[in-house]
Amino acid sequence: MSGPSTKIYVFKVFERFWHWSQAALIIFLLMTGFEIHGAYENFGFKDAVHHHIVAAWTLVGLWVFAIFWHLTTGEWKQYIPTLKKVDAMIKFYLTGIFTNAPHPFRATRLKKHNPLQRLAYLGVMLFIGPLIWFSGWFYIFYGNWKDWGWDKYLSLEWVAFFHTMAAFMMLVFLIAHLYLTTAGHTPTSHIKAMITGWEEVDAEEPTEAKQG
Amino acid sequence: MKKFSQLMAVLTVACAFALPAARANNAPAVEKKAQPSSVEQQAARTTADHSKFKELQKDFKDGPEVTRACLSCHTEAGKQVMKTKHWTWEWRNPENNQLLGKKHVINNFCTATASNEAFCSACHIGYGMRDKNFDFTNQENIDCLACHDTTGDYKKLPGLAGHPAYKQMEFPPKSGKLVPAVDLQEVAQSVGATSRATCGACHFLGGGGDAVKHGDLDTSMRNPKRYLDVHMDVNGLNFSCGTCHATKGHNIPGSRYTPTGRDDVAQHIRGKVDTSNPTTCQSCHGLKPHKEDSILTTKLNEHTDKLACQTCHIPQYARGGKPTKMVWDWSTAGKLKDGKPFKIMDSAGHEAYSTIKGNFVYESDVVPEYQWINGKVKYTLLGDPVNTNGVTEINHYYGSAEDGLSRIWPVKVFRGKQPYDLETKSLLVPHTAVGYGEKDDTAFWQNFKWDAALKAGAEASGQPFGGKFDFVATTMTWPITHMVAPKEDALTCTQCHSKSGRLQGVKGIYMPGRDANQWLDLIGWLATLGTLIGVIGHGALRIYMARKAG
Ligand code: HEM
Repeated sequence: MSGPSTKIYVFKVFERFWHWSQAALIIFLLMTGFEIHGAYENFGFKDAVHHHIVAAWTLVGLWVFAIFWHLTTGEWKQYIPTLKKVDAMIKFYLTGIFTNAPHPFRATRLKKHNPLQRLAYLGVMLFIGPLIWFSGWFYIFYGNWKDWGWDKYLSLEWVAFFHTMAAFMMLVFLIAHLYLTTAGHTPTSHIKAMITGWEEVDAEEPTEAKQG
Repeated sequence: MKKFSQLMAVLTVACAFALPAARANNAPAVEKKAQPSSVEQQAARTTADHSKFKELQKDFKDGPEVTRACLSCHTEAGKQVMKTKHWTWEWRNPENNQLLGKKHVINNFCTATASNEAFCSACHIGYGMRDKNFDFTNQENIDCLACHDTTGDYKKLPGLAGHPAYKQMEFPPKSGKLVPAVDLQEVAQSVGATSRATCGACHFLGGGGDAVKHGDLDTSMRNPKRYLDVHMDVNGLNFSCGTCHATKGHNIPGSRYTPTGRDDVAQHIRGKVDTSNPTTCQSCHGLKPHKEDSILTTKLNEHTDKLACQTCHIPQYARGGKPTKMVWDWSTAGKLKDGKPFKIMDSAGHEAYSTIKGNFVYESDVVPEYQWINGKVKYTLLGDPVNTNGVTEINHYYGSAEDGLSRIWPVKVFRGKQPYDLETKSLLVPHTAVGYGEKDDTAFWQNFKWDAALKAGAEASGQPFGGKFDFVATTMTWPITHMVAPKEDALTCTQCHSKSGRLQGVKGIYMPGRDANQWLDLIGWLATLGTLIGVIGHGALRIYMARKAG
């Protein structure tokens, strides 16, 4: 599909572990969550609730761990948003990708995400994530609202509303994300990179990398 | 080869014998030993053997004579009993000042006691209530034996104004069946605590027959198995009614006139003054009844905020094999066949029609209806206008999600049609029954004529009646609280947490699985679908362009 390529090492072991366990958990949470929501039937309501809560806490644990890792390794910088080249990325997805134009961004060990990815992941982590977490926690601790005096300010209806809203956003993100993984040098190169750590990229260096 | 097959045959036979034996050895060695019945427990506690008392060693000629003997030792009992609803058939609701009790309430079963006392007083704890002139101040009229009999032989017959049969008599009249005379001396010498049988003699038969009225009380509860009632299980806890209806000084707690919709008081503790209702589940089980050993059991306890225990733990009522009456249409009563009253049976052998009472529907294993209950109740009493455009609620249980005083309860809703006065719009009291062997042209069950029966009923109940009447649809609500099933049989989550679950009609709460914001769902699924179509289109275009580029 694409021109000459070369391989670079992008994702460390922890990142890959974090990514895939998070992916599994999120898909599982979507499945159990939408069953609780009454959208379909699979585990049965009782087990869905049980599994959802166990998976939710596991995800929370994983994130705490990941945040710690990002802070100590400095990898958090990967997510610093930049608007530079966002237009180029959008243009690439809208036109260039069809004509086999070179990818405007080249992942490196220091810059793993393209500008659009940065924005998207930052949105997931700063908006959808917290929304799901906080609404989820309020949901989990429903039984304590009264004791803690929260029942005056919260209603389950709204907690569930925001939780479900975030769940839909996560679902939309997941679909788009799954698809965009095929938009690399070859349709599988992004996925391979997340499995092996090695990403296949266009051989020719795009300007962005040189400048950076 | 032959030897081998012989060996195999021997082994097979040996195994066949050994296996069941081995299994029998592994089985729990003894079946759980039956607990002593409440009567036996009482016998173990009591310090008196009534058969040894001189006062009771005599040939009693009637009930009041027994009562005199009882009162000669139990000097305060008469005064206590006289304060109770069981005696007065009258009770004023302090909350709304309504005068209730059997004397005043009109229901949609046999409707009312006025003019029918001689018959109805088979379930009055007194002797001689023949009409409204009964002497409520005479202690000797108290029937101690109705509640304290332990022999099972003491039976008050309808029509005898609260008396048992003192001599052998044909009952029901002209039935050819004989009821033997009661041995009052034997009964008096065997008295003891109340039991499921004594309470049940009236409360299992309410509404004119076994299982008719309550739905959760019928003769199957006399000796229930665990399946039917975990607390009353004869091989288990073996509760009597009084175990929960913990009575002090003859004053029996727990009432449908003043139910406890929401008990937030934790378990009762000995020595601690506790005036709250001792019959609630919470009074023993507290507010966190499920042992919290997992996410799910903790979740169950979070339900106690909104749900009465009964809602999950009494999945159906009328579970003991006795169907309960669900519908009673008086408007069809009085039809005759060849000039005679008749009955039509349903396919299960229960009355579907009877000339004296009208049409019925019976049901077993009934799924309750559910509603918020906070303990406040209002009755439609004599003189109160009925709702001629819809259904009149004989009793209305108040409650809501918002008042903080309610929980969601299972209820039996009994639907009826009964006479009301077209002028005053009040319910009417039909005169139906008469005393044993009496003739009365105005009694509906003798002459099947509404005009005469309603006129006589109105006179007895002190109501004006112009003579014009019709039938109005009524409902009566019965909170379900008995027939508590074993925990294995409690409702499962999905029975409520689904789009068409049991609590579908209950308002004021958000239930995951049942409720969802329709707009959010619409937008959410559209966004999901849009994204899917977007990526599929994008992908298809990529493939197409790549092919074209070759
Ligand atoms: C990708 C992550 C997640 C997704 C997609 C998701 C999705 C959902 C959905 C759709 C529901 C049904 C809401 C309703 O209909 O009322 C739900 C319920 C719930 N979620 Fe999540 N959720 C996620 C993560 C979490 C997290 C992190 C927590 C806790 C911190 C959590 C806690 C809960 C709880 C407690 C419920 C209600 C269960 C019940 O009925 O008791 N969820 N979730």
